[in-house]
Amino acid sequence: MSADLAIVLPEIILSVYAMAALIFAVYTKKDAMAPTLVLATSALFLVMALWIGTGGSATGSAFNGMLQNDGFARFAKVVILVSAAVVLLLSQGYMKQRGLLRFEYPILITLAVVGMMVMVSAGDLIALYMGLELQSLSLYVVAALRRDNVKSTEAGLKYFVLGALSSGMLLYGASLTYGFAGTTTFEGIVQASEGGISLGLLFGLVFMAAGLAFKVSAAPFHMWTPDVYEGSPTAVTAFFATAPKMAAMALFARVVHDAFGTVVGDWQQILAFLALASMFLGAVAAIGQTDIKRLMAYSSIAHMGYALVGLAAGTAVGVEAMLIYMTIYVVMNIGTFAFILSMERDGRHVTDIAGLNMLAERSPGAACALLVLFFSLAGVPPMLGFFAKYGVLLAAVDAGLTWLAVAGVVASVIGAYYYLRIVYFMYFGDPDARRIDGTIAPLNAGLLLASAAIMLLGIVNMFGIEGLAEAAAASLVN
Amino acid sequence: METILLFAPLLGSLICGFGYRIIGERAGQIIATGFLFLSCLLSWVVFLTFDGVTEQIQIARWIESGSLATDWSIRLDRLTAIMLVVITTVSALVHLYSFGYMAHDEHFREGETYRSRFFAYLSFFTFAMLMLVTADNLVQLFFGWEGVGVASYLLIGFYIRKPSAGAAAIKAFVVNRVGDFGFALGIFAIFFLVDSINFSDVFAAAPEIAETELEFLWTTWNAAELIAFLLFIGAMGKSAQLILHTWLPDAMEGPTPVSALIHAATMVTAGVFLVCRMSPIMEFADTAMTFVVYLGAATAFFAATVGLVQNDIKRVIAYSTCSQLGYMFVAAGVGVYSVAMFHLFTHAFFKAMLFLGAGSVIHGMHHEQDMRNYGGLRRKMPYTFWAMMIGTLAITGVGIPLLYVGFPIGFAGFVSKDAVIESAYAAGTQAGGFAFWALLIGALFTSFYSWRLMFLTFYGAPRGDKHTHEHAHESPAVMLIPLGVLAIGSVFAGMVWYKSFFGSTEAVAKFFAVPLQTEVHAVADGYAEDGKADDSHSAKDDHSEAYDGEKTGDGKGYDDGHHAEFGGAPGDGAIYIGEGNTVLDDAHYVPNWVKVSPFVAMLLGFLTAYQMYIRRPDWPARLAENQRPLYLFLLNKWYFDELYEVIFVRPARFLGSFLWRRGDGDVIDGGINGLAMGVIPFFTRLAGRAQSGYLFHYAAAMVLGIVALVFWMSMTGIN
Repeated sequence: MSADLAIVLPEIILSVYAMAALIFAVYTKKDAMAPTLVLATSALFLVMALWIGTGGSATGSAFNGMLQNDGFARFAKVVILVSAAVVLLLSQGYMKQRGLLRFEYPILITLAVVGMMVMVSAGDLIALYMGLELQSLSLYVVAALRRDNVKSTEAGLKYFVLGALSSGMLLYGASLTYGFAGTTTFEGIVQASEGGISLGLLFGLVFMAAGLAFKVSAAPFHMWTPDVYEGSPTAVTAFFATAPKMAAMALFARVVHDAFGTVVGDWQQILAFLALASMFLGAVAAIGQTDIKRLMAYSSIAHMGYALVGLAAGTAVGVEAMLIYMTIYVVMNIGTFAFILSMERDGRHVTDIAGLNMLAERSPGAACALLVLFFSLAGVPPMLGFFAKYGVLLAAVDAGLTWLAVAGVVASVIGAYYYLRIVYFMYFGDPDARRIDGTIAPLNAGLLLASAAIMLLGIVNMFGIEGLAEAAAASLVN
Repeated sequence: METILLFAPLLGSLICGFGYRIIGERAGQIIATGFLFLSCLLSWVVFLTFDGVTEQIQIARWIESGSLATDWSIRLDRLTAIMLVVITTVSALVHLYSFGYMAHDEHFREGETYRSRFFAYLSFFTFAMLMLVTADNLVQLFFGWEGVGVASYLLIGFYIRKPSAGAAAIKAFVVNRVGDFGFALGIFAIFFLVDSINFSDVFAAAPEIAETELEFLWTTWNAAELIAFLLFIGAMGKSAQLILHTWLPDAMEGPTPVSALIHAATMVTAGVFLVCRMSPIMEFADTAMTFVVYLGAATAFFAATVGLVQNDIKRVIAYSTCSQLGYMFVAAGVGVYSVAMFHLFTHAFFKAMLFLGAGSVIHGMHHEQDMRNYGGLRRKMPYTFWAMMIGTLAITGVGIPLLYVGFPIGFAGFVSKDAVIESAYAAGTQAGGFAFWALLIGALFTSFYSWRLMFLTFYGAPRGDKHTHEHAHESPAVMLIPLGVLAIGSVFAGMVWYKSFFGSTEAVAKFFAVPLQTEVHAVADGYAEDGKADDSHSAKDDHSEAYDGEKTGDGKGYDDGHHAEFGGAPGDGAIYIGEGNTVLDDAHYVPNWVKVSPFVAMLLGFLTAYQMYIRRPDWPARLAENQRPLYLFLLNKWYFDELYEVIFVRPARFLGSFLWRRGDGDVIDGGINGLAMGVIPFFTRLAGRAQSGYLFHYAAAMVLGIVALVFWMSMTGIN
């Protein structure tokens, strides 16, 4: 028992911290404590990330395989914790300025992170659902954090209702799986599907995949994404775009490989379909957007499509490519949102793309960094984003999914349009447009530049991510 | 020393071209010129101290790829030494001359820096040309070949605001591409057969190549013939021979120093150099060489006829160059490579001088180039006049025929041109006969148009704009000194080096380090016996007899019966003379009427010109009126440009515009734009409409999605 507890110690620590912080804040100065809590939470996340990343926490499977703390889980957890910590720090200034910095915010984020950590190490359908719901419920609340704002509450409500629908699908799939496999553990499901999958199990797989696709916002289960991204406070949007995506994608990988690893051919079709639809929808629909948050929503849909291409390959190389893709994606999004959070006109936060006109004139450094990031998002060599795409497409080709890779290239050409359009606005746009002020807080500027620098320097050396991702993929796929 | 010689111009070019912002324009010019003079000095040292034995000086390992391995190295033999002297001397003088000529140029705005660019190009050209002649392998040679092409392109189009200059530059580049294509194919063929591109390997394999058959263009060829032919196509392009000659007259759009350096003395002779350099292969390709003779002779004739009626002073000299190149090819084609090099060598001096002299006139006349607006400039520019006079005497071939005092007496052109004409006659073949007459008439025309140029420019009454004539002035000293130096070369180069290039077989063999065949007479007897004595051989015998009869009166004290022959294996010396090739020797024994004929032709040309332009200046106009079709035919350069316009340019333009408008515009742009502006926005609108904001729409989409997935999986998923 104590061995099991040791394995889930990070999750326990975070949960206890969340509850303790809640009580502490409630009995002291409430919202005035929020900045302290944000700092403490970020620090805790980073400490946890360091602890897990350096292999300090116990590894193995706990509670009879209910939770798996293997290399794959650790990789995902580190990315989740670090990105959550950074976004939390990043959002502080924004939230404070708009009076949104309530003490519940860091606590809800902490709980969401705990949910994500459970998700990525789930070894059982029950654990999977528990982690997923813990994460989702926390996120529903933070989406509606701005209670006096119609859009924000609408976003929270939409997210909640559709999330409930997707949970229903997931649970329906889980119960079908349980019914036909006779067990909820992934190990048992693998054994049950050995030598061919039964129709019931297949339906279970399809419904679970649909539920998970909702979480990664893959088309056609993506509809909530633009509205929620737009309606939520920008800081929350930044959070949505990073850690939960990584967690959901990792959970997806865990389910298909751990629970259905013997029937790759079956789920490969589902994933390829989701990937194809997401890539094209993300690319095509983003073209018409005038709001940068909606644009980033479609951008994330397209990016999830590419990550799914790597997953659809069904190989260790594919999982590795997916992990690298997601890591790079998270870094790019942190940089981009660091800028979006500081978009202001006359002291008011704005998100319209037209405000970026001739940004290069007012703040050339930020414009240049954004140029690098958008080129990277579009997948233009030699930015790191290109190599991320290259990795997943190569994995797909190696797995015999050449048509999917070709489609991915075509979609990226279409998608390049809207990224480059922003670059065009920044450098050659209309100087008479209602432009943003162009002032950036030091922290935001630092993260923006760091992210852009990583996109360029990463070509030389990816900071050892490849090796870790390879090890992580190897521990998942065997 | 050779390495310094080679890279000094490059260094000068780089410093001048890139460093002038730091060191100033004038300093850049001085540095470039200084390096060139250093290079020139070293070249003369090399030339005069060189013992003739081929040396290879490795600079770097260059290419290593599969079986292709080659060094970057200098092949120093007599051919290279000659070319080094020619190139660096003319180039150094042209650099000096350009100080004066380029001092002010109305093609550039006040304060624009163009001189350093000009000098950098000139130096770069010199470097590329040196690379070409010092090459140890074909690819290195090709590098230099293309390098001079680039430099030529840049310099022809140097007046960037002049559309005609740009067009001329493009024309030169494109026409040369045709030649280079053949050249490249030739290199490929050699590599295909020999598996090496190093000259020493290629030459050693030459006899073997001559035995090989090669399939090319659905025909079986003798490999040596094919290679010789392909290489000659390259030479035709660079040396502006007929068919590919059209770019050279247009190249006169460049500044005059460029014309003197590139389009008279050096680059255009690269083709001749190539043929001489590849003599070990050429000697095994009789048919190809016959073609060379015919084409060279035809070019010499054609260009001379066109030169008769041109009015632009530079164009006259340009056609003259084209014509003289034909002479060189005839010499190479009949197998006397030394004579080809001889004419190349002397031609470089007097043609460069004519161009620089013309430049001096143009400079003095404020960039007026039409000879019809000159006249009477003798007194205004006496030095230029005398320089041009010496050049004219040299090119027309003034000398004393039949007088031989250890060497013939006459200007450089007299010695070398007569050598070419005699060789052509001595070849004894049908092609040689054709060439002889073509060159002879060419010589007559040469004399006519050269004197016409002189008379129109320097004699008679001033014509054209009075104001210009009043302000006509002699050029500064920096422009006159090069003229003086070249004048010395034009007078003496022929006489001094006569023996080395066109003396007895022994002297030539020694100069070019070609081994001699020891058997005297044995080979000649062998010919008579082997029953294959065709026309050429009997003709040769006739000459020998004729010579025997009048040898005492001949004055050329050759040892009786000493018919030494070239020997050795291909690649032994700087040139290779095949077994049985005795043209050089035979050329000394041509009948006296042959020897005198070029002189007579020259005299006739001079007298006609004198009659028409000094005594009766109204004749030319009347003649042109009487013979209008012929006049127009010549004035329009035999309508080559118009012919090419119809055959090549228009179809190419049609094809290009078809592919552009229909192919690129309609199909590709249409397709992409249609997709980008029609199809994608349609889907974008569709997606936008689907994103209605209504929760039930979103839920419906999700449900539809899962229905689709379930449907799809139940149709295909069970296996």
